Amino acid sequence: MTIPEGFDPKQAHVVSQWAHDRPLNACRFDPMGRYVFCGSEDALVERFNLADGVRTNFSGGHQSWVQAIAHSKDGGQTMSAGCDGKITWWESSAAEPKPIRTIDAHKGWVRTLDVSPDGSLLASGGNDNIVRLWNVADGSLVREINGHTRHIYNVTFHPSGQFLFSGDLIGTLKQWEFATGTETRSFDAAPLHSYNGGQQVDFGGVRAIAVSPDGKWLVAGGLHKATNPLGAVHEPLVLLFDMQNQTEEGRKPVRQLITEGIPGGVVWRLKWLSDGSIMGLSGGSTGGLLLFWKPDTEKDFHRLMLPSLARDMDLHPDGLQVATAHHDKHLRVSRLAAKAT
Amino acid sequence: MIRYACGSNEHGIARRQFLGSAAAATGGLLAGGIGIFSHPAVADQLQSDQKRIVVFNMHGGLSQLESWDPKPGTDTGGPFLAIPTSVPGIHISELLPKTAQQMHHLCLARGINTSEDDHGKGTYMMLTGRRQTPASNFPQLGAVAAKTLTPTNHSLPGHIVITPGGSGGRGNDSAYLGPMYSSISLGNGNPPQNTTRPENLSEASNGARQDFRRTINERFLNRRRTAVTEAFAYSFEQAEQLMRQRDVFDVSKEPAVDVERYGTHDFGRHCLLARRLLEQGITFVQLSHSNYDTHNENFNFHIEQMGEFDRSFACFVADLADRGMLDSTLIVVLSEFGRTPNINLYYGRDHWSKAWSVCLGGGRFPRGAVYGSTNDNGTEVKDGQVDHGSLFHTYLQAAGVDSTGSFDIDGREMPIADPAASAVAALLT
Repeated sequence: MTIPEGFDPKQAHVVSQWAHDRPLNACRFDPMGRYVFCGSEDALVERFNLADGVRTNFSGGHQSWVQAIAHSKDGGQTMSAGCDGKITWWESSAAEPKPIRTIDAHKGWVRTLDVSPDGSLLASGGNDNIVRLWNVADGSLVREINGHTRHIYNVTFHPSGQFLFSGDLIGTLKQWEFATGTETRSFDAAPLHSYNGGQQVDFGGVRAIAVSPDGKWLVAGGLHKATNPLGAVHEPLVLLFDMQNQTEEGRKPVRQLITEGIPGGVVWRLKWLSDGSIMGLSGGSTGGLLLFWKPDTEKDFHRLMLPSLARDMDLHPDGLQVATAHHDKHLRVSRLAAKAT
Repeated sequence: MIRYACGSNEHGIARRQFLGSAAAATGGLLAGGIGIFSHPAVADQLQSDQKRIVVFNMHGGLSQLESWDPKPGTDTGGPFLAIPTSVPGIHISELLPKTAQQMHHLCLARGINTSEDDHGKGTYMMLTGRRQTPASNFPQLGAVAAKTLTPTNHSLPGHIVITPGGSGGRGNDSAYLGPMYSSISLGNGNPPQNTTRPENLSEASNGARQDFRRTINERFLNRRRTAVTEAFAYSFEQAEQLMRQRDVFDVSKEPAVDVERYGTHDFGRHCLLARRLLEQGITFVQLSHSNYDTHNENFNFHIEQMGEFDRSFACFVADLADRGMLDSTLIVVLSEFGRTPNINLYYGRDHWSKAWSVCLGGGRFPRGAVYGSTNDNGTEVKDGQVDHGSLFHTYLQAAGVDSTGSFDIDGREMPIADPAASAVAALLT
């Protein structure tokens, strides 16, 4: 992976922000890097032109909040998923977008989407505890993968194009050979879950998964130290797993990546950066932060405080621009480089 | 007429009648003792006439928007959809699909405004029908029900609270009605504490010491009879009855198929226990479901909690209907308040008492009905506004109690319910 010119996470700063009408839940760049697509606390998908911030609403695809967005490999189609259990296909660049197709994908919320490295499959996970694989080209169901017992929070393909990871509320993190639906490995992400007996709630879960580009490392993000789950008191946590260690010991994280001074945070998304460091988005009562870790160091080496609590993040194909979806109804774009002089 | 040392008439009519009936039923029970209810004909009569109340306390503040008054598609509605119910025109949250099929037995009051956003104060108001003041303390609904509805010759306690955890014990919730009507807690649905005879104490020895206690008690009561001494004596007798009838509280005696239907989680077990207690003639049962104080991730937590509640509650309502108990059993699903229409930064909802809902059923409550409404995004009551005081009257009148009456407490008339409030006529058939 080539490090882009000017790349310096320690110089990260917000460069632009664009408003929507409602708080934002999700955001993704299209693979061509022309747009940022957002899901929000309404039934819309919003497309922002990265060049000028012009917003286009995609309506008619959902009856409830849009929680997840993914794109076909060439960026021509956008897939959105919502709390109505549906996945909708759109033409990404349409001037007046209309749904291409909508499928009933899950019983209950669809929480997460990801497209396979070859672009042929769309993976989804949701509140019915099932992972489903769909044909990106026509929306047909390719395979159902069962094995989770609680809500699935994240599905992410391995860059090799052979495996899929899925994580759930109680910290179950599984690796599947998606051609057969066979579970090939599991990881112990239990530190990301806790049960609070006083409040009688399960809390946490595998909110974020990311595999290093070389396939050697797996990170899973979420929260820990949930002393008051109902009151938003919990700290962000990332677990680092060694993918090359195939022994029983390899199920355990080799390191917990933590922060200090963030009593209210949860890691909503993780991305590997071009220099081998890890970027996480934390949103919670402490606010919205971009956090940066080195895999060999426990504590974050840098953090950028964002203007408002954020709930999702994506990295532009150029490796420099970062989109964040915020509760204050704004999409923000930051740059992992020094400010232009 | 018994006169107390304090000079007042006997405090508890139900208690006096209870003792008299008990003595008659057992053909000469020792004074201060309680007879075991045994006459089949009277038992049948008791079963058909006795009114009972069950309260589901949704601890922490159930969101009305994720339960009884959904507002999908609005800025406050959240991500859940509304679903139709067994009553055409009534929709509730999609989180309650099984309860939706029982809506023809139930009634929703959607215009609750209690103007109190504090947990403790809100709970007090909803369970006593009055606002808490430093100068007064009022009995909770369970104590009032136990005193006004428990048959005079009933040998089991009238006020049971099933708690999500804890070890059980006696509640401090009967105020001036006295300890006789305070709750007995069943910690995590287990039978009352200390209701098994120690192994090293033989039945004969235990009987002898109880006889001795009664003799001494009677001698004392002949000279110094007060409500306190009577309650003291009563507590021993009640404990004996609890020991003899411990099985009443043992939910493991229920069929395995019902355990499965209700759900094997604690709340399912508690609901099944509530059904068992009501069938056995317990007047008032309160159970809690926890925790709904969802300032953070309200929607994730409501999925979990409502899913658990829906299955067990729907089974409970259906069973009461199937067994012909709904006419005699009031169902009240309440909280200390609702939750804010506004969704906060953490996908949470905060405390909101201005416009929320309770679910009612049985007794004189109308079936398959909705009373009151909120505006489009649920921020305020549009019509049919009621508060805790009028709800308290309504519960009691739905159970056949004249809530406008008074208790005679040491010669002082204490209104059963807040005299400044009155029952909601539209909620009574």
